[in-house]
Amino acid sequence: MGRFEGTESYIATEDLRVAVNAAIALERPLLVKGEPGTGKTILAHEIAKALGKDIITWHIKSTTKAQQGLYEYDAVARLRDSQLGDPKVEDIRNYIRRGKLWESFTADAAPVLLIDEIDKADIEFPNDLLLELDRMEFYVYETRETVVARHRPIVIITSNNEKELPDAFLRRCFFHYIRFPDRDTMTRIVDVHYPEIQKTLVREALNVFYELRDVPGLKKKPSTSELLDWLKLLMVEDIPADALRTHDPGKLIPPLHGALLKSEQDVHLFERLAFLNRRERG
Amino acid sequence: MFINFFLELRQAKLPVSLREYLTLLEAMRLNLAEFSVDDFYYLSRSALVKDERNLDKFDRVFGQHFKGLEAVVDAGVEIPEEWLRKLAEKLLTPEELKQIEALGGLDKLMEELQKRLAEQKGRHQGGSKWIGTAGTSPFGAYGSNPEGVRIGQDRNRNNRAVKVWDKREFRNLDDTVEIGTRNIKVALRRLRRFAREGAAEELDLDDTIRSTARNAGWLDIKLVPERHNAAKVLLLMDIGGSMEGHVRTCEELFSAARAEFKHLEFFYFHNCPYEALWRDAWRRHVEKTPTLQVMHTYDSGYKLIFVGDASMSPYELVQPGGSVEHWNEEAGEAWLRRLTATYPKSVWLNPVPERYWEGTPSIQLVRELMEGRMFPLTLDGLDRAMRRLTR
Repeated sequence: MGRFEGTESYIATEDLRVAVNAAIALERPLLVKGEPGTGKTILAHEIAKALGKDIITWHIKSTTKAQQGLYEYDAVARLRDSQLGDPKVEDIRNYIRRGKLWESFTADAAPVLLIDEIDKADIEFPNDLLLELDRMEFYVYETRETVVARHRPIVIITSNNEKELPDAFLRRCFFHYIRFPDRDTMTRIVDVHYPEIQKTLVREALNVFYELRDVPGLKKKPSTSELLDWLKLLMVEDIPADALRTHDPGKLIPPLHGALLKSEQDVHLFERLAFLNRRERG
Repeated sequence: MFINFFLELRQAKLPVSLREYLTLLEAMRLNLAEFSVDDFYYLSRSALVKDERNLDKFDRVFGQHFKGLEAVVDAGVEIPEEWLRKLAEKLLTPEELKQIEALGGLDKLMEELQKRLAEQKGRHQGGSKWIGTAGTSPFGAYGSNPEGVRIGQDRNRNNRAVKVWDKREFRNLDDTVEIGTRNIKVALRRLRRFAREGAAEELDLDDTIRSTARNAGWLDIKLVPERHNAAKVLLLMDIGGSMEGHVRTCEELFSAARAEFKHLEFFYFHNCPYEALWRDAWRRHVEKTPTLQVMHTYDSGYKLIFVGDASMSPYELVQPGGSVEHWNEEAGEAWLRRLTATYPKSVWLNPVPERYWEGTPSIQLVRELMEGRMFPLTLDGLDRAMRRLTR
């Protein structure tokens, strides 16, 4: 099986590469955590792309149950069909709807299975999937058959830390915490996304960006995805690099800041700090 | 192979299990680390550490173990940030710089550091021996010793000189003491009890099948209300006096509880609940609610949570008229017993750290009255309290 080395559109740091490859080689799920917007979900897509595999995504919501990932039995449809005298009724299999896990178990080649935002679900959710993810098989009660994975899928699980995950679950996973990229990594990330962007613009933009992240008390610090959006806007609007450097009192806030600061309070806070800062200096 | 490393990790209170250790060995057998120390570090980190809060501990143990260094300080002891806070950058003359260069290599510096840490007791700034900021001592931050060991500084001067794990990049994630509302909410979620109340919107499969069968096969769809959290909580909070110092923690707990529970009733008391409680801390002498009325209004299905430091004169608990604020006919003890008898599921959360409990007689007393169901107001304590309540 190929090794994951990052792709043209995704910069993987050394530690991330090691974690991904270890998880693939040992056929364990990889649990990815990190600040929002640091590319947790994208990672699974990029792994699939790099290894030439299909991706199956299972988005978790607060109401999602583990069973839904395996299969669901649509009893109402069967009842209805029985009333209408549909011959399909004879076979219960017609009313078993396959879930994402089943889909990934029966795929022709091992796919990448992304279980996105596992922390959104109920506290017990991960526990309900322990056996299934460990043995890669489950039992369908309605048809009395056991579904076994033909090829063990590569399982990537993301979490935003809204809930702590159970220990038993964690023990079965590899874990990687995506650290917020430092300047060098960030420059490479920007490079990969916008190869034609001016170097000076990137430099100035990163100055503003990291300064902004250092502002104490922000409700939501801007992250990689916001930086990329902002850079795109700057390019589209054709804003010159020195516009970011300006110390013009009228422009305390970087241009198009809406892409970076997502809450009104943060904008106010930043304005106030920038104002104070300037007064001290001037 | 790495059994000592594994044991050291466990000693540093990292929750690593045998299973994870075996996973690491399996990975080593598959040559995943490819004979590079950095790779091995990444591999073992991702196999053994499952929570970003533990990453820093791991880095420390890894650094110690694989460098053959003795523990510089106890694994649990941090060099206080305060010592290292940047106050001034001192400029040195070239000859001074030369002097410092003469001191020796990294290992020598680390040895020195050990010795000095053992000697030093307070914060230090300037000067040329102790650990602190802006000095010419080889240890500390923002100084100008070219071979200095940087402690608590953002970056290393040259990237490769110091090992990855020694950068301690995850240090700020190691905040086991900090208690934020999100974490409190997670802890409170343990209390969730789902029940179906309100408008019927979800299909009730079992009932549909049953009534359809009874209906001789003609579909008879039955609906039930969606399930939601029906845990009922009665929160009694101590306010004023010795509680002033704990206001922030209590506020956080309160706001988290408000967000989590639909049925949350709260009242305030001072030091110990007596015959009256109040809803609004500012108007407590005007608007009182008799405790008996509270007990009659909210049924015993409510879970009772006291929040208070239980630090008072023992008289306030055991003696009629012992209250500091008013004349109470009955001792606080009697009211506490009455409340815990009415609400079988009750706990006391105490913002005072657990290790000081022994020293305060009133805490001991309240603890006895609560039959041991007193927990510290930390994440761990909250978690234990919630488990206790759901038992």
